[in-house]
Amino acid sequence: MKEKEEKVLLEKVRELQSDGDDTRENTARILNEKRVIGPPLDEKQAKAEMSKRSRRTFLIGGAAAITAFFGWRWMPDDAKMSLLRRTLEFNETVGRFFYKPSRLAPEFPSERISPRRVNGMIGMEQEHDQAAWSLNVGGVYGADEDLILSLDDLRALPRTAMITELMCIEGWSIIVQWAGVRFSDFAAKYSPKTIDGSRPDVAGRPDKLLPYVSLSTPDNGYFVGWDTASILHPQTLLAYEMNGEPLLPEHGAPLRLASPTKYGIKQIKRIGRIEFTTERPRDYWAESGYDWYSGL
Amino acid sequence: MNKRLERKHPLAIRWLHWINFPLLLMMIWSGLLIYWANAVYGLWIFNYEVFHFFPQWFYDVLGIPYRLAEGLRLHFFFMWLFAANGLIYVVYLAVSGEWRAILPVPGSFRRAVRVALHDVKIVKKLPPQGKFNDAQRIAYTAVILMGVGSVITGLAIYKPLQMAWLTSLLGGYGWARWMHFWLTILFVVFFFIHVVQVAIAGWANFRSMVTGYETVEAEGKPPAEAAEVKA
Repeated sequence: MKEKEEKVLLEKVRELQSDGDDTRENTARILNEKRVIGPPLDEKQAKAEMSKRSRRTFLIGGAAAITAFFGWRWMPDDAKMSLLRRTLEFNETVGRFFYKPSRLAPEFPSERISPRRVNGMIGMEQEHDQAAWSLNVGGVYGADEDLILSLDDLRALPRTAMITELMCIEGWSIIVQWAGVRFSDFAAKYSPKTIDGSRPDVAGRPDKLLPYVSLSTPDNGYFVGWDTASILHPQTLLAYEMNGEPLLPEHGAPLRLASPTKYGIKQIKRIGRIEFTTERPRDYWAESGYDWYSGL
Repeated sequence: MNKRLERKHPLAIRWLHWINFPLLLMMIWSGLLIYWANAVYGLWIFNYEVFHFFPQWFYDVLGIPYRLAEGLRLHFFFMWLFAANGLIYVVYLAVSGEWRAILPVPGSFRRAVRVALHDVKIVKKLPPQGKFNDAQRIAYTAVILMGVGSVITGLAIYKPLQMAWLTSLLGGYGWARWMHFWLTILFVVFFFIHVVQVAIAGWANFRSMVTGYETVEAEGKPPAEAAEVKA
């Protein structure tokens, strides 16, 4: 009895009948929704036709599902890794295509500065010896050997301060005040070599400069690679101050990178060496399967 | 007794629907691998956290801990497929006219309440409907908007500098991540309700999403009247 009732209801629904005289009640009528209904068939024909269609589509659908499932499941790990790695590189190409150095990260008022947060001491296990520290710079135009710079050499360059958000690849973020020298100001003074050997013009023709920058801790325990375009962003600093005081050892004293253009994993602490390179430099976390570019 | 075969779901809709299932699954799975690294959200009532996303046993059972890098790689691969599939779906709805079956209309929210009351067996009669009832119209339109929302909030946390205007519009990085998370929870809620409703609706309804066809009654209706319905 109940089944019969439901069938009647179904029929009413299918035939788009309105509830009483109010045709506006019928949503399908309001939007002029159309239905495609085949010719009348008797019960047997309908069943046969439906079975035929079911068999075919379930076979096709089932085959597609099985292919997708086992294709992914049985795909060798190195093939999967290579596919995902190449996708990260494709994403990097897209990211670089749309990258504009004129786009700036928002800066915040000083009351928004977050409590400090330490996350990672790799390459800083040994105690920092300020007296023994110097910054070695390789790949500088007009220099055959590494330049050896002191903190005073860097302090002699224009000082820039900013309050920006530091994004960690883990998903958290904090607002930090940084002060130091813009990497672009540093590169204007100690310019990278160019790809064609011409005289570098850091501000005017950054595309002519060596395309990569390698940075590492004095013990070489931590190392990152940057693309030159990102490191020349006006908000990428070689920072020596944090939240209004000199960098603390756990935050990368005496000199670290600070930049809203990339995740924290790229903002290397306790920089010992900077080298401008032609080859894409090694990168600590990229070697553990993270995105080399990590551009925000 | 006369029957008719109704062409209910177009081929494109069926493929896009079924392809979306594993893609959404992979987005949610890789999202979990990422979320674990900074699992800060919970369900709060006043100052009391009723449920924290997620308890440790949940991560342990699924083997989630320490797979952030893998999660990111998967997320940034499947994001293209998920977005492309969704985009094709929306474009198809627009050009094929199928949007007429899905968009809510004036009165949909009122009638959706009646549908819900019918589903819990308080009201006997369903309101008149087309291919989908009003509760379905609202749900299927909402899930499209959720997909759009996931792409937008995702973009805001993927490129918070290059898309700084968007991230700021969403209230900043933290809020964008929060929205991205809750949209995912809504997808999971949608999924479970959807599966239960499909199970209740029965085999013929499920089969129509695979074959595209459903058998409908056409007792005593001459073909001419059916043609009128088509128009």
